[in-house]
Amino acid sequence: MAKSFEEINAKIATGEAVVMTAEEFAALAADEGVAHAAKRVDVVTTGTFGPMCSSGAFFNFGHSDPPIKMGEITMNDVPASGGLAAVDTYLGATEPSRTRGIEYGGAHVIEDLIRGRAVRLRASGPGTDCYPRIEIDTHVTLDDLNQAYLFNPRNAYQNYAVAVNSGDRLINTYLGPLLPRLGNATYCSAGALSPLLNDPLYRTIGVGTRCFVAGAPGYVAWQGTQHNPDQARDDNGVPVAPAGTIAVIADLKSASHEFFSAATFTGYGVSAFVGIGIPIPVLDEDLAATLALTDADLTATVFDYGVARRSRPALGRVTYAQLRSGAIEIEGKQVPTGPISSLTTARRIADELKRWVVERRFTLVPPLEPLPQPDTGAPAPKPLEIRTEEAI
Amino acid sequence: MARVRLDLTFPPRQATKPVTYHLVKDFDLTPNILRAQIQPGQQGRMLLEVSGPREAIDEGIAFLEDEGLTVSPAASDIELDEERCVVCGLCTAVCRPGALALDAESAALVFDKDACVYCEACVVACPRRAVTLRF
Repeated sequence: MAKSFEEINAKIATGEAVVMTAEEFAALAADEGVAHAAKRVDVVTTGTFGPMCSSGAFFNFGHSDPPIKMGEITMNDVPASGGLAAVDTYLGATEPSRTRGIEYGGAHVIEDLIRGRAVRLRASGPGTDCYPRIEIDTHVTLDDLNQAYLFNPRNAYQNYAVAVNSGDRLINTYLGPLLPRLGNATYCSAGALSPLLNDPLYRTIGVGTRCFVAGAPGYVAWQGTQHNPDQARDDNGVPVAPAGTIAVIADLKSASHEFFSAATFTGYGVSAFVGIGIPIPVLDEDLAATLALTDADLTATVFDYGVARRSRPALGRVTYAQLRSGAIEIEGKQVPTGPISSLTTARRIADELKRWVVERRFTLVPPLEPLPQPDTGAPAPKPLEIRTEEAI
Repeated sequence: MARVRLDLTFPPRQATKPVTYHLVKDFDLTPNILRAQIQPGQQGRMLLEVSGPREAIDEGIAFLEDEGLTVSPAASDIELDEERCVVCGLCTAVCRPGALALDAESAALVFDKDACVYCEACVVACPRRAVTLRF
């Protein structure tokens, strides 16, 4: 029993498609079996809402009179790239403000724009024959911008590390404050709702896949940076540590502040909570089997962030059900846990996406090009070595 | 045994007597300073948790007032801005007394103010800066 994208889209078009969230699908599969669930359900929706540093937006401001070739650009005192055409820029989510540091950064500017707030734009340029203006100081809103679109080079990590700290002092990390002597553990995945954990072999998620990005309909644009399909996997073929990633694109003008929230991690920096959701067609029983996996079936690897090196020591594996119980056992010690990825918002995203599909606002497309697959010789993320020109 | 949380205001010239010491010694109470801001020449404030027999607590409060302190029940001085909160749950990872927890079913954030010891770990940890402590 296999279904094609075309058959599923035809059902969506006539309103006959059965759509469930990954949690609902897992419950159905537990009650009535994977085969039955695979037959009955056409689309399973997923969602995740965690801090995703590799995010940002492209803007085109339009031309002033006389025009300026913007070189040094700030938006609410947060530097944006001057390395594009005269009035194009890219603002990275983690860029800190020149005046407020990490308490306000690129992500906060993007959130303010989504909320309809005016942002102060200041820029200077060299003054050329075609762009004589050398300075500009003005205010812009999202509506004023010609184009504004999110382009996030790495989102929706397929699984993530569980962080602990074996050291004897508190450390501040991008996974939050880690208390000394294994005082706590933090983790960052939507678990059973996570998009790439539901399609672990990237059979339906690839370049061109339509998805939910920060409340807007968007697309998977490319493999994400540090995409690593050859990460260790369990018996279900699901990675047990950070593996696949996607780059996504979406119109910022259609985004919602409910699904894009700026973040500041004390002692670390700025980031952005980004909501990502992907609908997965239930093509066959193999895919249904991974869609039916629950937090009790999915595991993550515990890493010691007390060791500030590229390769941190692994201290074992735990299930997401254990992590969600509030405590895990590491080296014989009960360690309290806390998440950084919002489960309530992940559920809202999966529900919202379900509504989009049911209301026929969202059909599914097969990948235009697959993401690099496991065991096909995809290059593993390479380290950066420190060397001189002569050593190359 | 009773337990109360008091908001003490010290006048600028007070602070000659170690009042918490007297609460222990003279009234057999167990004081726990949750938060204090006392500087010379300025009005000071202390958030004090006191446990002991009800009668002794009342006597202790009368003593504090005789010493020139203004004593009022502690108001809700730690606040969670639910508009800003995205319910990520990171605060629950640093909350040692377990005052902040996620509901096992709904994953909603539950804040038990009675268990809070005002350590401010959540204030520092919250990536949305949604928890604030007044005074």
